[in-house]
Amino acid sequence: MPLSEEQLAKNFADIAPALTNDAALLEATKCLYCHDAPCTIACPTHIDVPAFIKKIATGNLRGSARVILDPNPFGHSCARACPVEVLCEGACVLNDRDEQPIKIALLQRHATDYVLERKLKLFEAGKRTGKRVAIVGAGPAGLACARDLRRCGHEVTVFEAKPQPGGLNTYGIAEYKLKSDVALAEVQDILDLGVELKTGVTVGKDVPFDRLLADFHAVFVGVGLGSTKALGIPGEDLPGVVDALTFIEHLKTHPYRETTVGRHVVVIGAGNTAIDAVTQAKRLGAAAATIVYRRGEADMPCYHYEYELAKRDGCGFRFNAAPQRIIANGSGAVAGIEVRTSSGNETIPCDMVIVAIGQGERGLVVPRNDPRVFTGGDCANGGAEIVNATAEGVAAAKRIHERLTNG
Amino acid sequence: MADLRTNFAGIESPNPFWLASGPPTNTYGQVAKAFDEGWGGAVWKTIGEPIINVFSRYGSVDLGQTRMMGFNNIELISDRPIVENLKEIAEVKRNYPKHAVIASLMVESKREAWHGMVKQTEDTGADGIELNFGCPHGMSERGMGSAVGQVPDYTCQIVEWVKEVATIPVIVKLTPNVTDITYIARAAVKGGADALSLINTINSIVGVDLATFEPQPSVAGKSSHGGYCGPAVKPIALHLVSAVAGDPSVEIPISGIGGIGSWRDAAEFIALGAGTLQVCTAVMHYGFRIVEDLIDGLSNWMDERGHRTLADIRGRALPRVAKWEDLDLNYHLLAHIDQDKCIKCELCWTACEDGAHQAIRRLPRDNGGPVVEIIEEACVGCNLCAVVCPVQDCITMRQVPNDYSPVSWKEYAAGKGKLAPRSEHFHTATWASRPKS
Repeated sequence: MPLSEEQLAKNFADIAPALTNDAALLEATKCLYCHDAPCTIACPTHIDVPAFIKKIATGNLRGSARVILDPNPFGHSCARACPVEVLCEGACVLNDRDEQPIKIALLQRHATDYVLERKLKLFEAGKRTGKRVAIVGAGPAGLACARDLRRCGHEVTVFEAKPQPGGLNTYGIAEYKLKSDVALAEVQDILDLGVELKTGVTVGKDVPFDRLLADFHAVFVGVGLGSTKALGIPGEDLPGVVDALTFIEHLKTHPYRETTVGRHVVVIGAGNTAIDAVTQAKRLGAAAATIVYRRGEADMPCYHYEYELAKRDGCGFRFNAAPQRIIANGSGAVAGIEVRTSSGNETIPCDMVIVAIGQGERGLVVPRNDPRVFTGGDCANGGAEIVNATAEGVAAAKRIHERLTNG
Repeated sequence: MADLRTNFAGIESPNPFWLASGPPTNTYGQVAKAFDEGWGGAVWKTIGEPIINVFSRYGSVDLGQTRMMGFNNIELISDRPIVENLKEIAEVKRNYPKHAVIASLMVESKREAWHGMVKQTEDTGADGIELNFGCPHGMSERGMGSAVGQVPDYTCQIVEWVKEVATIPVIVKLTPNVTDITYIARAAVKGGADALSLINTINSIVGVDLATFEPQPSVAGKSSHGGYCGPAVKPIALHLVSAVAGDPSVEIPISGIGGIGSWRDAAEFIALGAGTLQVCTAVMHYGFRIVEDLIDGLSNWMDERGHRTLADIRGRALPRVAKWEDLDLNYHLLAHIDQDKCIKCELCWTACEDGAHQAIRRLPRDNGGPVVEIIEEACVGCNLCAVVCPVQDCITMRQVPNDYSPVSWKEYAAGKGKLAPRSEHFHTATWASRPKS
C-alpha cells in the first residue's frame, strides 16, 4: 500500500534536525576552542571551526557564518551532507576523552541557517577587473570557483547542462540530508554576486569548448562525473532496472508519491550512493530493500555510519553475491536477480533493481595542458564529497586569479 | 562598518580592546603578537623594583565543565629589571605607533622614587601611565598596591607626586577591596588623575584541598589570599564601574576591567560608561586570538543596531542605574509558562516552593498534560522561576497593566502617589501549591 503524504514527509524529514537556540548555545560552550584544531585540519576547506563555534557562544551568528562561508562557499550544504564522522567531528579531541565530539555539523548549520534565512549578504563582488572566466558545470566546484572569482572582481559565466544549478547538491544528495530548495537558496546567494548563469547549455555539444577559450581569459571545468556505469549482465535493460542517480534525481525533483518504487527492491553496489538509494527506496515505501554486493562486509566502500543508517532503516544486505543476470517474468517485468555465491547460484526475488556501481567519466574532451584551463571537483578527483569539490573550486579560483593578475 | 576607534583621555587606539596589566603583557614578544592579532592597546605588566615570585601562582574555580569560571593569582609585579621592561616598551611603541602602550607602575611610596620612575617611563614614548594601586596580594604587605589604593589620602598624595612630573595621561587603577570605591575615585580625581581603570582583582582563596587541607594554590603546603578575577567577577566590576561613572564628581574617563571575555561583556561595560576595555583572564585562558571576535561581534552588533561609534553607546545604561528608592512599585509582573516549551523538570516549582513564594502548583504527571502552573494570586513576579528554567523563553515575565501611575518608595513614603492593589494571597497560598488529589 502506498504511504500517506504525511508518512512520506516524515520519512524524508531532515535526519539531523536543526538545533534550537538553547541547544546550540549549550553545544557551543562545550567546545574547548583548541589551538591548531584537529577539526580545522580535517576539513578540506579548513574552516576555522573553533572560531565559528566561539562566535555562536558569544551570539555573533553573522560573524560565525562568515568564518564558515569565507573559506567554504558551500558551508551550508556541507553542514548537512558532509561525512563529518570521518572529517571534523571524527577529529574532535573530545573523542580522546571518551566523549561525544562537538556537534560541529549542526552548529555549522545553526550559523549558516541564520544568514540564509535572513538573506544576509556577507560578501560582495570585487572591483571590476575586465577579465572574463567561463565555468563549465554549476556544481559545488564550479560555483565555489565562481564565487571567489567574483569576489576578486572577474566576470564569470557559468554553463550548466541541467535546467537548475547546484549539480549533485540539487539533484543527488539524499533527500533526508539536503533538500533541493535549500541547495538552490545557497546557490542563489552565490549567483547574487553577479554570476551569469546559462542553464540548459551543454559545453561540447551546444557550445564548442574552443569557443570558450576564444571568448574567455580562463576556463574552469567542473562537470562532475557521467552516468552510472553499466552492469554488463543480461536483463539490465528491463523496465524496472534504474540507475541510482536517475532514481534519486526523480525523487528530488517530483512530489514523493510520483517516484516509482518496487515492493522488493535490490540495490547493486555498496558505496555511499548505493546506501542513499536503498534507504530512500525503503523510505518511499518498499516492503524490502536489499543491498547486493559482490564482495564482503568489510570491503564495502560506503562510510561505516552510512551502513549503520541503512541497517537502522531496516534495509537488508547480501554480501559475496555477484549479480549474474536480471530475470524477467512473463510480462517482461523484473522478477528477480540471479547472483553467484560461494554455495552456487541463487535467485533473489525482486521487482525493481537500482544500479549503484559508480559513475563513468563525462565525454567532454578538455585540453588539460592549456594553461588557461583549470579543473576541479568529481571530474578531477574521480568522485568525492561536496567539501572536496568546494575546496578544489576555491583553490582553482585562487590560481586563476593569480594567472589573470600576474600573468 | 562601525567605527571602533578610541580616544581615551587623549590616548588613541584603533579599538577599545586593551590587554590589562598582567602575565600576557610581560614581554615585547607577547605585546607585539597581541597587536598583530588585533588588540588596540596594552597595559604593560606592572614595573617596579624586580620581585621574586613563588612558583605555584594560579588557582581556578571550575563550574561543571567550565574551567576558570573564576581565577586567582598570587603572582607579583614584573620580575624583570626596570631597564629591560622600559627598553621593550620603547621598542613596541616604535614598531606599533598607532597602538596604545601604557606603562603600569608601582614603586615605594616616596616622592623621589615616583618622580624617577615616571621620568624614565616617559622617555620610552609610552602613551600613558597606569598607577597600580590595586594589587591585593604580596605587594600590599610591603606598603604598595592596594595598601595605597585603600586609603584615599595616600591615593591622592601619590597621584599628586606623579602629576608633578608626568606629561602623558595618568590612569589610576582602583582596587575593589574597599567599602566604597567612589571615595578612592574622588581622591584620585583630586590628585589630578586623567583617567581611572577598574577593577583590580578581589581578595580571595579559591578553594581548599580536602585531602591535605591546603588552601589553593598551594605553595609547599601553604597558600596566601590572591586576586580573584575571570567571568565570575564581572557583575562586581559592572557595578563598580557604574558607581564611579555615575558619580557626578568623577568626570574623567574610565577603563573597564573585570571578567571581560566576549564582545557582549565589553558592550555592557561601555553601556555603563567605560571608554576602553581591559582583558587579562580570558587571554590567559584562550589566547590573544579572542580579540577577533571581540571586534567582529561588537561591530556586527553595532551595525545591526545602527550605532556608528562607541560614543553612541557609551554610558547609555547609566541613566537607568537608579537607587532602589526610585524604582516603580506599581510595575507588576506575573510569571507565564509556555506549556508547549515546558520539558517538565519542575525546577521552577522547586525553586518557587522552597526558595520563593509558593506560587507554582504541581499537577499530576500521569495526566499527560502540564505539570506546573502559576498560581497567579500568589506570584510576586520575582523572576526566580524564569531564571532557573533551563528552556529559553519557556517562562517569561509579563507585565500586568494597571491604571495607577508609577510610584517610588521615596514618593510613597512622603505621602505622594498611590499603590496599585496587590494580591491578598502573597505568602498565604501555600495550600494551593500541593498536588491536586
